[in-house]
Amino acid sequence: MHAPLPPSAPLLSLERITKRFGPHTAVDGVSLDLAAGEVFCLLGPSGCGKSTLLRLVAGFEAPDAGAIRLDGADLTALPPHRRPVNMMFQSYALFPHMSVAANVGYGLKGLSLSRRQAAERVENLMKLVRLEGFEARNPDKLSGGQRQRVALARALAREPKLLLLDEPLGALDRTLREETQGELRAIQRRLGTGFVVVTHDPAEAMALADRIGVIERGRLVQVGPARDLYERPANRFVAGLLGDVNLIEGRLGPDEPGGLRTVETALGPIRASGEGAAGAAVVVAVRPERLGLGGAGGLPGTLLEQTFLGDRIRSRIAMADGSVLRASAALPMTEPMPNVGAAVTVAIPADAARVLPA
Amino acid sequence: MSGRFARLLVRGLPLVWLVLFFLVPFAVTLKISFSSPATAQPPYLPVIDWQGGLEGWREFLEALDFQNYRMIVEDALYRDAALSSLGYAGLATAILALIGTPTAYAMARASARWQPILVALVIVPFWTSFLIRVYAWIAILKPEGLLNGALTKLGLIASPLPILDSPTGVLVGLTYAYLPFMVLPLYAVMSRLDPTLLEAAADLGAGRMRAFFTLTLPLALPGLAAGALLCFIPMVGEFIIPDLLGGSDTLMLGRVLWSEFFSNRDWPLASAVAVLLLILIVGPVVLFREAEMRREEAAEGRGR
Repeated sequence: MHAPLPPSAPLLSLERITKRFGPHTAVDGVSLDLAAGEVFCLLGPSGCGKSTLLRLVAGFEAPDAGAIRLDGADLTALPPHRRPVNMMFQSYALFPHMSVAANVGYGLKGLSLSRRQAAERVENLMKLVRLEGFEARNPDKLSGGQRQRVALARALAREPKLLLLDEPLGALDRTLREETQGELRAIQRRLGTGFVVVTHDPAEAMALADRIGVIERGRLVQVGPARDLYERPANRFVAGLLGDVNLIEGRLGPDEPGGLRTVETALGPIRASGEGAAGAAVVVAVRPERLGLGGAGGLPGTLLEQTFLGDRIRSRIAMADGSVLRASAALPMTEPMPNVGAAVTVAIPADAARVLPA
Repeated sequence: MSGRFARLLVRGLPLVWLVLFFLVPFAVTLKISFSSPATAQPPYLPVIDWQGGLEGWREFLEALDFQNYRMIVEDALYRDAALSSLGYAGLATAILALIGTPTAYAMARASARWQPILVALVIVPFWTSFLIRVYAWIAILKPEGLLNGALTKLGLIASPLPILDSPTGVLVGLTYAYLPFMVLPLYAVMSRLDPTLLEAAADLGAGRMRAFFTLTLPLALPGLAAGALLCFIPMVGEFIIPDLLGGSDTLMLGRVLWSEFFSNRDWPLASAVAVLLLILIVGPVVLFREAEMRREEAAEGRGR
């Protein structure tokens, strides 16, 4: 599918890119347009082809078919060192025998900068990533977070129009990751550089991206802002990737005015939004936090288990047909939770239920 | 108990090996180097008198002297041979580095399928006797040999080049024979180099040349140093190559040692030359180790 075109002319434009490794198709006909200054996340499980797509843009791999354009210029045949894009590597790939300053300044050779201009640029970058005073250090004498910032500064040194980031926060621990996400966004906003971020972490994608592209087995299956993907996933893969989801199998009822459809399920009829041919096998997707527990007129079930998670309580409810639904309620709650083993009712609000292809 | 025994064995065995096969022979050589030649069996004096008790030992020690070393220092032949050995070995090591580095680089950058084949090709010559391989070079280098024949046929030279029995012949032989010892350690280091480092260099605008000189080469320096030592040390004492390809004028310590030992039957002087050779060889090793240690210390202390 083709992503909706951003309003201005695209900065990066991928046209039906395909890349095969032997019999394995790593990237399968991906088309995508990126606006200048946009942060775009490629999200998918490991091995889905998202890193290959990034390496194709950087020039480390050549596509078997398709074209890559940056600002209208065809990059497809250019070797990596001639492309006006830069990459931040997952392993950071810092040069171990060079100081931090030499690492950051490595890309400035051949940019026709004077010695002073180059030194100034390194100095500014060190300020940007808050590493002043670390210029003479060796990379292996830095913490993980500091190394990550050196890698970022080095990748930004040539002032690329587009920065490619391969799992930029993957090697950091959780608290540092959240802090760094904010920093990364702040730097991106200040510079206005386009970012393409590859990640397998949906929380990271949602925190960083203006738009997310979900990749499943080499194909771009859905592109959009995080909220669109979360609330209106295109298929069960996207629904499950972005967060926990209840999937209830059923058969789609006839078209109705107003957009809502009735799905006949083993739990009874469920009202949900979505498209499809009448009679088609579908699933109804409902996020756990949208399930209402205990209200009148809901579907009957038995509370199996409750887990206290600090800011929320997660429940598992056994339904009449033997299936199990998961509900998640934010704390503090106004009403007391029923006890484990108690009979409960589960309400599925129509605006929270999405019809997806089975 | 058995664990302690195993530990003792693991630590002890190499030590026993070193003592038996390095330290003891060296002590014997050192002892002979302080002796005087004699027409006897063995051909030197004094010989330790195991029955003589303390008195016998005193007599033995008194008979030892530095006369062989004085000879080595005073006679220009040995000094020239030592200098020329160092010169040949140094020059050949430099040539080997110049040839070996790009060779190892090409091997390390070859596809994963080709790499084991290329490594095997480097090793295959070892399946033929070293002596035969050096002999083969005589057929190539001699005035009516393959090389001169080809060059004459091509009209590049009018008369055959005197490569055999010349310093050039020795350098050709040394370079040929020791190339694997330069290539393999370099290849070992280069093939283990993280390829994303080269990608990062390319990403930052560096062409292959700049990436090679700023990344591959500096990061392969430990391999280059190991290869240089592996070549330099045996080349200083090399005997077969200068003997077969160098002609009678080529002066190298290995040949001097050989002729003192076998032609002159002067074991004490030959032993003194051997000790001198050892000192010449230990020198660069110590220097290398020091440089290595200083570099490590510098890496430790940087930025502190």
